[in-house]
Amino acid sequence: MSYELIGISVLWLFLFGYIIIASIDFGAGFFNAYSLLTRKNHIISNIIQRYLSPVWEVTNVFLVFFFVGIVGFFPSTAYYYGTVLLVPASLGIILLAIRGSYYAFTTYGKLKSHFWTYLYGFSGLLIPASLSIVLTISEGGFIDNTSAGLSLDYVALFFSPLTWSIVTLSLTSVLYISAVFLTWYANEAKDEQATALLRKYALIWAFPAIITAGGIIVELRVHNELHFQNMLNVWWMFLLSGILFAATVYLIWKKRNYGVAFLLLIGQFLIAFFAYGISHYPYLLYPYLTIAEGFTNEGMAIALIIAFIAGFCLLLPSLYLLLRLFLFNKNYVQGKIK
Amino acid sequence: MDSVFYSRVLTELTLTFHIIYATIGVGIPLFIFMAQWMGIKKQDEHYILMARRWTRGYIITVAVGVVTGTAIGLQLNLLWPTFMQLAGKAIALPLFMETFAFFFEAIFLGIYLYTWDRFKDQKKHMLLLIPVAIGASCSAVFITMVNSFMNAPQGFEMMNGEFINVQPLVAMFNPAMPTKVAHVLATAYMTAAFILASIGAYRIIKGSNHIYHKKALLLTIKVGLVFAIASAIIGDFSGKYLAAYQPEKLAAMEWHFETEEEASLTLFGVLTNGDEIKYSIEIPYALSILAHGNPTSKVLGLDQFPKEDVPPLYIHYLFNIMVMIGMFVALVALIYIVGNWLRKKFVYKKFFLWTLVTTGPLCMLAIEAGWWLAEVGRQPWVLRGILRTEDAATTSNDVDIMLYLFIGLYLLLGIASVIVLIRMFKANPIERELRDREGGE
Ligand code: HDD
Ligand code: HEM
Ligand code: HEM
Repeated sequence: MSYELIGISVLWLFLFGYIIIASIDFGAGFFNAYSLLTRKNHIISNIIQRYLSPVWEVTNVFLVFFFVGIVGFFPSTAYYYGTVLLVPASLGIILLAIRGSYYAFTTYGKLKSHFWTYLYGFSGLLIPASLSIVLTISEGGFIDNTSAGLSLDYVALFFSPLTWSIVTLSLTSVLYISAVFLTWYANEAKDEQATALLRKYALIWAFPAIITAGGIIVELRVHNELHFQNMLNVWWMFLLSGILFAATVYLIWKKRNYGVAFLLLIGQFLIAFFAYGISHYPYLLYPYLTIAEGFTNEGMAIALIIAFIAGFCLLLPSLYLLLRLFLFNKNYVQGKIK
Repeated sequence: MDSVFYSRVLTELTLTFHIIYATIGVGIPLFIFMAQWMGIKKQDEHYILMARRWTRGYIITVAVGVVTGTAIGLQLNLLWPTFMQLAGKAIALPLFMETFAFFFEAIFLGIYLYTWDRFKDQKKHMLLLIPVAIGASCSAVFITMVNSFMNAPQGFEMMNGEFINVQPLVAMFNPAMPTKVAHVLATAYMTAAFILASIGAYRIIKGSNHIYHKKALLLTIKVGLVFAIASAIIGDFSGKYLAAYQPEKLAAMEWHFETEEEASLTLFGVLTNGDEIKYSIEIPYALSILAHGNPTSKVLGLDQFPKEDVPPLYIHYLFNIMVMIGMFVALVALIYIVGNWLRKKFVYKKFFLWTLVTTGPLCMLAIEAGWWLAEVGRQPWVLRGILRTEDAATTSNDVDIMLYLFIGLYLLLGIASVIVLIRMFKANPIERELRDREGGE
């Protein structure tokens, strides 16, 4: 495997990691706010707090890892994406900043008020929407390359159906992933009321998620023919992903094996995410930048890969410890120890 | 042109804001560790409580550090795309390693916060702090390596405006690195120490006579003094580094206009008509000593450099502010320690306590002055000798609007974090917490 393929695969995997754990976080915030609105917050707030408190900072690091890594392996992305994303990414930063700090202020600083719960909950939906714009732009067609430099064509972006399908997909998947995870978590905590409520959310959001995902494939056919053709080449991956989806929904419907259901869901998204990535190859930004053109030099690539392996050896046991103490520790999950 | 200006202002703003929280984030874990260690060793509940209370404040500053740090990391790409594209080829390694340091810190901080009462053996809980402290300090080390590279780029060859034959380790271990990393770490620990000391002194002034605060004061000031002295010594080495590798920065910050031997050091003063120094104090030979460790050696002056390569001369004031604060804080710390040792009463008199209260904020001011000195002193270059700042900025026209948005954001975060911290400690003074713990357990 060439260095650029190793690089992009690792980064893609970490981006996937961010998407899953951030979705759980964003969705949890939203369900928390929503349940406050419908006065059901006594049911699920506790569950959500217990899960989020020890891990919120780790979530953020996944994002940092991804963007530092992509600029490290592919410095030209800094030039292309950096130039055109100024406004959307800045808005994303501001939302992330407000959300992250107010989580800390309310949880550790005891600054409790309904206003922040709502702000926290709804900003969590705007963030995936604003970050998903990057995927839309990467499909090409929204960048003007003139002598004055690169710029983003906001009008085209705003009126493109592709934009809105990707935004909708990001929202529905956030809510779906989060609901499935929290159903399992609440069940582990032996909190029946919360499990029932969250299970209902999971089932509600399952179908919008799969329908919007299908919609994007249709959109791409119009927008980026090449990408669409490449997708057809890996049709079996999408099929596999669809089967896993059906299995997840079945288990949740039958109120069985929530843990397995969540694993299947991860499998579903992982396969679809990689199928999407593979069919996007070789472009980092269609049609301007391929992974070969954007690549750093060999010396840096080797150094980064060595650093990654060393770092990963440190990271894996630490992450395992974190999960064991908080996620897989029955006494903690059930609230018997603090 | 406009986008260059606004990009600079926005970068300055974000870094100036981030560095406050980052410095605290690097320094405080060390002190939490020391307090918990003393508590376990001496079986003294007060030190354990110190560790607990400091941790509670620390987590708030970490949160703001994390979100503003994420902002800088993205902004460097958004505002300086050309710079990141070019420099990334040579210096991406430490930036990448920094993210592992963050990971490490974040994971163990999460564990540490929620396991105060989980371990039978308190020592195990304390050990969790080691990765937190190492992670925090390593992130400072790695990011400072990136900054050193901007001052003394090496480890590559230039061909057609691109870097080739890149050697990442040579780029990382550049000549600016040793003094810069050491000075940044030492001053971060120093600043953390005096911020904690300021808080302790303030509580005593406000009438809390508890022995707890005196213990906290003594611990932080003792350690703070050690780092203050270390900072000054390493600062002196930084001067020698500048003389060897960035003589234009040294000459500008010392207002050293003409190349000469036996150069004297200019302290204070104001500049009129561009190059006339008034109201200054001249210390004979001192500049030659600072630059080369030898009173008779030659120091390059600004006459040796083309005008367009000379950094703004106002960095002289920044340098003076930093050094004066360093000397003042070290002196105050020394007086406190000696006074306390001789059991003199004055160290707990109001006027002296107020002096102690100023040390924390002053240190933070020195950090800001030092960074502004280092960064403005590098101008007009963003990568010294290779890429000018004006050629590195984004071409986007929306930077000004983003600047206003971020001003709003930092105001909000700054004010909210201060309010939260004050409320946290007002609502729960040490006397109450001690009583609760005795009653509850
Ligand atoms: C508490 C903060 C603090 C204190 C008391 C001092 N410094 Fe400092 N100084 C810094 C905080 C700082 C800093 C914020 O950490 C800087 C900015 C960039 C850097 O590398 O460190 C810095 C930079 C810096 C530089 C510029 C290095 C460069 O641009 O490459 C020099 C020459 C000195 N310092 C010298 C000194 C001396 C001689 C001091 C004598 C007391 C001193 N500093 C005290
Ligand atoms: C954390 C402490 C730092 C602070 C407080 C700081 C502050 C500053 C300031 C004030 C300027 C503006 C100089 C001027 O007036 O033009 C500047 C410039 C710059 N700094 Fe730093 N800096 C820090 C570290 C770094 C590091 C580690 C990097 C690199 C990763 C960096 C990247 C830049 C860039 C790209 C510029 C160019 C913009 C300009 O010249 O205005 N800075 N910084
Ligand atoms: C020498 C000056 C700096 C120091 C000492 C410093 C240190 C820190 C610390 C201690 C944190 C909190 C990390 C955590 O708890 O997870 C942090 C956050 C961060 N800093 Fe800085 N920083 C400095 C300058 C910069 C600069 C110039 C950049 C941009 C390249 C930067 C990028 C970041 C990022 C991306 C984060 C967020 C990490 C996370 O999400 O956990 N820092 N920094």
